[in-house]
Amino acid sequence: MQGTQPDGPSAGNAQAGDTQPRPNSLRSGPDARGRFGIFGGRFVAETLMPLVLELDHAYAEAKADPAFRRELDYYLKDYVGRPSPLWFARRLTRELGGAKIYMKREELNHTGSHKLNNVMGQILLARRMGRTRIVAETGAGQHGVATATVCALFGLKCVIYMGATDVERQKPNVFRMRLLGAEVVPVTSGAGTLKDAMNEAMRDWVTNVRDTYFLVGTVAGPHPYPEMVRDFQSVIGEETREQMHAAEGRLPDIIVAAIGGGSNAMGIFHPFLDDASVRLIGVEAAGRGLDSGETAASIQRGRPGVLHGNRTYLLQDADGQIDEAHSISAGLDYPGIGPEHSWLHEIGRAEYVGATDDEALAAFQLCTRTEGIIPALECAHALAHVAKLAPTLDPETLIVLNVSGRGDKDIFTVAAHLGVTL
Amino acid sequence: MSPASGRPSSRIARRFAALKEEGRGALVPYLQACDPDYDTSLALLRAMPGAGADLIEIGVPFSDPSADGPIIQAAARRGLKGGSTVGRVLEMVARFREGESDTPIVLMGYLNPIEAYGVERFCADAARAGVDGLIVVDLPPEEADLLEGPAAANGLDLVRLVAPTTTDARLPVVFDHASGFIYYVSITGVTGTRTASSDELAAALPRLRAATDLPVAIGFGIRTPDQAAAAVRVADAAVVASALIATLEDSLDEDGRATADTLPRVLGQLGDLSRAVRAARK
Repeated sequence: MQGTQPDGPSAGNAQAGDTQPRPNSLRSGPDARGRFGIFGGRFVAETLMPLVLELDHAYAEAKADPAFRRELDYYLKDYVGRPSPLWFARRLTRELGGAKIYMKREELNHTGSHKLNNVMGQILLARRMGRTRIVAETGAGQHGVATATVCALFGLKCVIYMGATDVERQKPNVFRMRLLGAEVVPVTSGAGTLKDAMNEAMRDWVTNVRDTYFLVGTVAGPHPYPEMVRDFQSVIGEETREQMHAAEGRLPDIIVAAIGGGSNAMGIFHPFLDDASVRLIGVEAAGRGLDSGETAASIQRGRPGVLHGNRTYLLQDADGQIDEAHSISAGLDYPGIGPEHSWLHEIGRAEYVGATDDEALAAFQLCTRTEGIIPALECAHALAHVAKLAPTLDPETLIVLNVSGRGDKDIFTVAAHLGVTL
Repeated sequence: MSPASGRPSSRIARRFAALKEEGRGALVPYLQACDPDYDTSLALLRAMPGAGADLIEIGVPFSDPSADGPIIQAAARRGLKGGSTVGRVLEMVARFREGESDTPIVLMGYLNPIEAYGVERFCADAARAGVDGLIVVDLPPEEADLLEGPAAANGLDLVRLVAPTTTDARLPVVFDHASGFIYYVSITGVTGTRTASSDELAAALPRLRAATDLPVAIGFGIRTPDQAAAAVRVADAAVVASALIATLEDSLDEDGRATADTLPRVLGQLGDLSRAVRAARK
C-alpha cells in the first residue's frame, strides 16, 4: 500500500505486520533461507539449529495472529509509552544553519532507548513459546536494561552477558539491571566487549536449550532474528512517516541514524526503503578514525564473512580472524553489522559513513546545549554527521535524526574525556 | 559397505573398516594447531599415532569459538598467538604426512577462516596436504551447499554433527551429503563441560544407527579412560579434546611456553585412554 502512495502515509497501515510490499519491493526480504542478497542465513551449530527453526516457525505464527499484534500494541502504548514524538529541533537547526532538522525521540521510551520496542515483541513471543529463562547480550547496557525490565514485568529469570570492559564503563546500567533482578555476568574473554558478550550468550543458549530464550538485541544473528528485530523496530519509521506527513505534508528528504548492529537504523529505514526520494544514511563509529586501526566501521573497513550466525560485513584480518572493534560508545563497539544493512550497502540503497569518537563527543555537547536533550553517545555519532551535512543543504530540506537513546548512562564517560572528575 | 558409508577408498573409511575387523572402537584425540607453538604442535601430532590415536582431529584456531568452552577457547588464543593461520595448519598436516600415511586427519573449525582462505582453494590445498575430513561447527546442513561440492571434488569427507536437540525428522537432512563418520555431540552445551551419562548415550545411539550406516563418534564431555571406554561400547569412536588440552595447558611454563613435560604428559594420558578403549569390548 505504501508503494502505491509514495508521497504520504495511508491510514491504517501504521502497523508492522499489515503492509504488503510490492513484488519488486526492497521490503520483501529476507528470502526463505533468511538471506538478503548474499547476506544473512543461519550459521549456527547443529545443537542450535532445531531451536532456530522452531523460533522461525513460532515467529511466523505470532506475526499472523491478530491477538499477538493487539497484545504488543497494548504494551507499546501503555508500558513503553509510544508513539514517541517527532520533535522539530529549532535551535539546533538555527545553529547549524541549513536543513530543517527533526528528531525522532526514541530516548523518551521507557528505559530510555529504542531497545524496548524489540524486547517487548520478543518477550511476548518467548512467553508464547513457554520459555521461562531469558538470556541476552548487551554492549552499552541499553538492551540489557530493556531485557531486565520486561523480565521483571513478567517475572522471568534473566541472565545478561556483558563484556567486562563494558561493565566498567557502563556502571549505572549494570546497577540498573541488578536492581531489576537480572544476573549480570561480566565476560572476560577477548577484549571484554559486545562481541565477547555475544559469544558467551550463545554458549549459554546452547547449554540451556530447553527452557531458555535468547533475546537478541539487534538486527543480527541467525535468521529469523534480523527480520524479527527489524519488524519490531519498524514502528519507529512507521510513526516517523505519519508524523512527518502531519508536520510537513510530505516525506523527509534524509534520515540519519547511528549503527552498531543497526537496529535503530533498520527500524527507521525500513518503512522508507521503497521511497527512492528518501536518502538513508547510517553512521558507523569510526573510533579514533576510519584508518586508525581502532574503529568499529564494519561496512567501511570490513569485508563480508560469517560470525554469530550470519553472513555480513565484518572487521577481520587476512586469515579471517575477527578484529576487535573500538568506539567510545559501548553500544557501537562491535566488529559486525546486521546483514540487511550489508545488503542495502551493496545495492546502494543506503549510504554508510563514519563519525569519530571526538566528533561524537562534540555532537553530544551540541545537542545538550541547543535542545536540552542529552543524547546517548551512540546517537551522538548520527548527530555528528547531521552537523556536517545540514549546513551544506537548503532550508527546505527535511532531515530526521533518530535519537535512539538518552545519554544519562554516558555522563561518566563524557566527563572523563572532558577531564572532569565526578 | 553400503553406498551410504561414503567412499570405501577414503582413509577414514579404511581405518573404521580395519577397526571393525579388530572388533574395537577408535580413539580420536584432538589438538589445537600451534598450541602453544608450531613445533610443539607438530611434534605432538607426529607422536599421537604411536601413543594410541586411531584418527586425529586438529582444531583450526578461530578468534570467536562460540561453541567451545573455556579450555578450547584458551587453546585457540594460544594457537593464534603461536602463529596459527589456515595455511600453517595445512603445512603442519603436510609435514605430518611425510612420515605417516594411515592415520586419518580431520580438521575441525569455524567457517570464516576457511572462507577467508577461499573455499575451493582450501579444499584443494587440504586434500593435497593429506587432510581427510572436515568438521565445520557453524555450518549446518542448511548452509552446507557452499562446501559440499568443493569437498567432494577433492575427496574430503564432510563430517556432520548431530546433537541431542536434533529431531528424528531432521536426521535425514543432517545425514544427506554426510560422509566419513557422524559426530554425535553428546550433550547440549559447549566443549569440555558436562559429561553425558551412559544411559543418555545408550538411549541416543539406536536412533542414529537406524538413520545411517556411517560410523558414529561421540564427543563433548569425554574426559577419562572409563568414559572413553563407555563411549566405544555403544559407538564406533570416542573423541577426547578438552581433557588432553587441559593437561597440555597445565604443563606450560608461566609464560605459556611448552616445557620438557608437555609431550610426555599429554602422550601419557593419551596412552591411558587408548588402553581403556582397546580393552572396552573385551
